[in-house]
Amino acid sequence: MDFLNAIVLLANYIFIPALNYGSQLALGAIGVTLIYSVLRFANFAYGDLMAFGTMVVILVTWKLQSVGIHLGPLPTALIALPIGVMAAILISLLLDKTIFEYYRIKKSPPVTLIVVSLGVMFVLNGIVRIIIGTADRKFFDGQKFIMKANEFKEITGLSEGLALKSTQLLSLVVTIICAVLLFWFLGKTKTGKSMRAYSDNEDLALLSGIDPNRIVMITWVIAATLATIAGTLYGLDKSFKPFTYFNNLLPIFAAAIVGGIGNPLGAFFGGFVVAFAEIGITYAYKKFFIYVLPQGLEPTSLMQLLSIDYKFAVSFSILIIVLIFRPNGIFKGKII
Amino acid sequence: MRQNKDVIMAFSVMGLLIISVGLFQSWGVALSILNLCLISAVMTMGVNISWGYAGIINFGVMGFIALGGLAAVVVSEEPIYEAWSAGGLGILISIGLIVLLVLITKYILRALPKSKKRNIILTVVIIFFIILIKKVSGPSIEAIESVNPAKQGFLGGLGLPIIFSWFVGGIFAGLVAFVIGKIALGLRSDYLAIATLLISGIIVTVVKHEDWLSRGVKNVIGMKRPAPYEIDLQKADWFINMISNLNSKKLDLITDISEKNILLRDLVISASGVFVKLCFAGLFSIVVVVLLILAQKALYSPWGRMMRAIRDNEEAAQAMGKNVVKQHLFIFIIGSAIVGFGGAMLVTYDGLFTPVSYQPLRYTFLIWIMVLVGGSGNNYGSILGGFLVWFIWIEAAPVAMFFINMFTNHLEDTHELKKHLINGVPYIRYTMMGIGLLVLMRYRPKGLLPEKIKLQNS
Repeated sequence: MDFLNAIVLLANYIFIPALNYGSQLALGAIGVTLIYSVLRFANFAYGDLMAFGTMVVILVTWKLQSVGIHLGPLPTALIALPIGVMAAILISLLLDKTIFEYYRIKKSPPVTLIVVSLGVMFVLNGIVRIIIGTADRKFFDGQKFIMKANEFKEITGLSEGLALKSTQLLSLVVTIICAVLLFWFLGKTKTGKSMRAYSDNEDLALLSGIDPNRIVMITWVIAATLATIAGTLYGLDKSFKPFTYFNNLLPIFAAAIVGGIGNPLGAFFGGFVVAFAEIGITYAYKKFFIYVLPQGLEPTSLMQLLSIDYKFAVSFSILIIVLIFRPNGIFKGKII
Repeated sequence: MRQNKDVIMAFSVMGLLIISVGLFQSWGVALSILNLCLISAVMTMGVNISWGYAGIINFGVMGFIALGGLAAVVVSEEPIYEAWSAGGLGILISIGLIVLLVLITKYILRALPKSKKRNIILTVVIIFFIILIKKVSGPSIEAIESVNPAKQGFLGGLGLPIIFSWFVGGIFAGLVAFVIGKIALGLRSDYLAIATLLISGIIVTVVKHEDWLSRGVKNVIGMKRPAPYEIDLQKADWFINMISNLNSKKLDLITDISEKNILLRDLVISASGVFVKLCFAGLFSIVVVVLLILAQKALYSPWGRMMRAIRDNEEAAQAMGKNVVKQHLFIFIIGSAIVGFGGAMLVTYDGLFTPVSYQPLRYTFLIWIMVLVGGSGNNYGSILGGFLVWFIWIEAAPVAMFFINMFTNHLEDTHELKKHLINGVPYIRYTMMGIGLLVLMRYRPKGLLPEKIKLQNS
């Protein structure tokens, strides 16, 4: 019984939160990695693109809620999501046409593009803050819990509860659907294959008659879609604040590089690696050991490797360790 | 010659802008803008040395600024003996353990061949040490933080004049830059950008949460100053005399003694603020000028030529027998140290240390925009960038406010649109900065004052 309790404890405090957080990171990391492999630069504006898409979703959700449209147990934001995605795609394509295209044609070095993406980051950052403000926004509605901790205790008779929020399940399901669709697209369809070819060797791809403008456009469409979905899932799960979205860019970068930048599958798993490490290392295992160890050996301290304040620092440290020992990432990066 | 004319032109325009703020808003505001411009100029010169001279992208600016701020606390605060006796020993032992851990890791990396076994041993050693360090430091940290937590709760500092902290800040930043450089400088430019950005995130997290060292989110306030305090000035006879002499015409117009005294009192109060800021401005100007002279000397020295050669063609420089790796590390350390110096100056000027305020947008990316706007590789350019960007950053809000009021004049104050626009005013500067940077990158990618290399025979 104690053993079961210990497992439930870990599931409740590490496994489910990490899966949830990891799936949000994974979507973002895939977006960053796609832009990196096709357009060949690290897009610092991605966090703010996420914020922009999510902002549109929130505005539409509020409108829907005020009219009285609801989705029953599911959050209303799901109806608004396509509109947010459209807005993010439009702004991405607009930014590409007006800004990034020039440097792509000139074949500027990656550093120039990083600087340009910084400029875009500032612009988007300001726009989002002017439109929706900097306050914390909650836009979740519908049924909050699929299973409450008390219900679980009653059903199983264990002393540890297992809570499952609907947003957690939603994040995971949506992420898996997105990932499966994306990998099917990249692996099986002609467009996806030409995208991979383009990222692998631009000149050869051009010689085989692949239209670069189309590839670039599709990349932005996918990246913007993923950004909005990831941002909305994160906002539903926690709350929306432009500032946190900018900060989330950093663990997303960490996930993309840990998985091997330019490799979507790597980015997908990188998101989970980062999330599990962040939560696993900062969790206090005291209760777990009380369950597992025989009586008399219980630890007196919290059994916590690092305090929760260092959550972000953990993902950054992982990144640095990976950069030192395996600069290409856990999965070999560079091509999709 | 043209270069010199451009520089003089640009800086006179800048000076006029600041003076006009003094005339239209107040001299206090103008001087605080000037002081922060000077501090920004120090930071931009630091970034320019690594980016402009050597092409090393350093997005860890925020971390080095925070280290400079930490130095200000560690150097200038009075030591708290109670806290030292409560937990000083534990902290010292923990620091010793960290050093030991680094040495052991280095030893393992050197002694054992690259293998799975080595990785496992390393992981075990590191986890063991982390647990050990936590065991040792935990009670001490708790003891230190419970010493008068409302006002102290940290080890305090050395109690030295705060001006020393500028150099200590440079040393702190330089030491950390050495470690970062050893780890990350071999990376490609975009990886390096991300890696330094994330490492600076780690540094700020440490500063923010190690309360025994820096009081963390509880902030350190009321730090020492290298300049006189307003309160003391207002009581000092020589200062009151000076003000009454300066304003003798105005004072002579009033005949009533008590009214005269009230006016004098007001004048002294406002002048004391200006005087303190002038003192700071003088100090900071000395720093900027000295740094500028040193940086210019370095730029046109054989060493500067070598750095440009490395930047423009690494392989060729290597073929000429230059040690590229060593020079990259060296210049990264120098640049970061100057940024750390600026960070300590900033905390000195503010008089308080607030770790929460260290945000990448303000302290990494804004500084970078300054360098890029001014012209990377050109020291005058980076100073100009620091001045201009900081000026716009501060003055954007009042100017935007003015225009909003002008265009929404016919609307009532309670109108939703007007309220919304006014709430958005502080963020207009973000968008403005972004657009400015984008326009500049497109039409003048070398910055306002581009790099000009003096040729030997011209």
